[in-house]
Amino acid sequence: MTPRYNFAFLDEDTKRMLRRALLKAVAIPGYQVPFGSREMPLPYGWGTGGIQVTAALLGPDDVLKVIDQGADDTTNAVNIRRFFSRVAGIATTERTADATLIQTRHRIPETSLREDQILVFQVPEPEPLRTLEPREAETRTLHALADYGLMHVKLYEDIAQYGRIATSYDYPVLVDGRFLTSPSPIPKFDNPKLDRSPALMLFGAGREKRLYAIPPYTRVESLAFDDHPFELQSWEHHCALCGSNDSYLDEVVVDDSGTRMFVCSDTDYCSGHRPEARA
Amino acid sequence: MSALLQVRDLSLHYGPRVGCEDVSFDLHPGELLCIVGESGSGKSTLLNAVAAQLTPTAGSVRYRQRDGEWLELGALSEADRRRLAREEWGFVTQNPRDGLRLNVSAGANVAERLMALGMRHYSQLRATARHWLERVEIDPTRIDDAPTSFSGGMQQRLQIARTLVTQPRLVFMDEPTAGLDVSVQARILDLLRRLVNELGLAAVMVTHDLAVARLLAARTIVMQGGRVVETGLTDQILDDPQHPYTQLLVSSVLTT
Repeated sequence: MTPRYNFAFLDEDTKRMLRRALLKAVAIPGYQVPFGSREMPLPYGWGTGGIQVTAALLGPDDVLKVIDQGADDTTNAVNIRRFFSRVAGIATTERTADATLIQTRHRIPETSLREDQILVFQVPEPEPLRTLEPREAETRTLHALADYGLMHVKLYEDIAQYGRIATSYDYPVLVDGRFLTSPSPIPKFDNPKLDRSPALMLFGAGREKRLYAIPPYTRVESLAFDDHPFELQSWEHHCALCGSNDSYLDEVVVDDSGTRMFVCSDTDYCSGHRPEARA
Repeated sequence: MSALLQVRDLSLHYGPRVGCEDVSFDLHPGELLCIVGESGSGKSTLLNAVAAQLTPTAGSVRYRQRDGEWLELGALSEADRRRLAREEWGFVTQNPRDGLRLNVSAGANVAERLMALGMRHYSQLRATARHWLERVEIDPTRIDDAPTSFSGGMQQRLQIARTLVTQPRLVFMDEPTAGLDVSVQARILDLLRRLVNELGLAAVMVTHDLAVARLLAARTIVMQGGRVVETGLTDQILDDPQHPYTQLLVSSVLTT
């Protein structure tokens, strides 16, 4: 642990401010709570929101896992994990089951989460209506009045153009039947995992200075039309490494002649399902 | 028959400047009322104050809802005001680009108000949108085209379809035919007259064009400097104007 920093980098007053905002976020599921986002030692878009939430929650006994697009070994994940082991001296892990706190970018682990775990999402754009309504004052009013017809305009456009709802990530959800919420850019494959999850889900947007939460066992509903219901992605392939057919697969180009393979996006889940691990 | 809208002693001041002053009128179901006057006479101010888009300085506007209950618009909450605007009213702006959502297709523009009312069946939304495009004489095969690819007249007709699709009881129109050439104007006026009759709409329309008033409105209000100078049956006002300003307006049309 580097002694020049306070535990988990942020000073105690800042962590207190963050915790108060988080308490409010948990009390009003899906509501975007403004907070005083700090300058962090990494650029906006690299997870400044998530990293501040993690910093506010970490205790000395926590075990941290960081996921970037499902993988534990990519730049963003490695950097953030090393950052917290340096400034907080906490234990880190790549195993979902061993972690008490999981910071994630763009995925929810395939392994089911438990009540004693917290999932922290990095969010680039917390406002699901933003592409349709650029004015912040107006989107806040729409949230206050639960006036969400506009979101269906986007889904309508999808069907009109592509014959189906083509939105495949950052798929809008309604939290606890009240607040329209962005699930962060997770694939819509992960949306059902939000619904009534035993783990607490927290979302931090550093640049936009907003926090929101989906408390445990909260109803989360993906928007759809009556005659175009919400559908999950599916693959004709199995994972080339572990043979799984129920996880989210990445398509990887492996050489210059266009050979492809499909592998699990969740590296921890994949390594746990390989034949040698099962034996 | 009981009125739909009652405006009493309505005034709206912009600081020391007068927007409109002491305006009173009633609007009955199925009636189209025109507000005419020169530029700067307070027509649009009056329209926006009546439609609860601007807050009046003094006076009252009362509206009778579908269920027969009278609402005092000045005392309405933001939520109720939006509900009225969504469920019972429509607003057609002078520039269709202000009233349309330009980054989504024509079909989505027409269907938006239906979705705001909670309609969640794609095929029905689409069928309704197509039907309304036909009703305002837009080729239904252009349902997936962007409104930016439409001509000015088509955009205005699209805005009318988008406004009328929820079958509002009361429509506010702010110079819907200004800025269009004469033949397009004529088609839109013809369309409006037909739709207003078919749907039994009540409407308040602002215009500086007396010919529009003559064609559409049973009653007309003439404004000058924020005040109503003459009000009555349109034909009466245009054929036998009493106030010097109205006489001037009417004569200026005849001489050109």
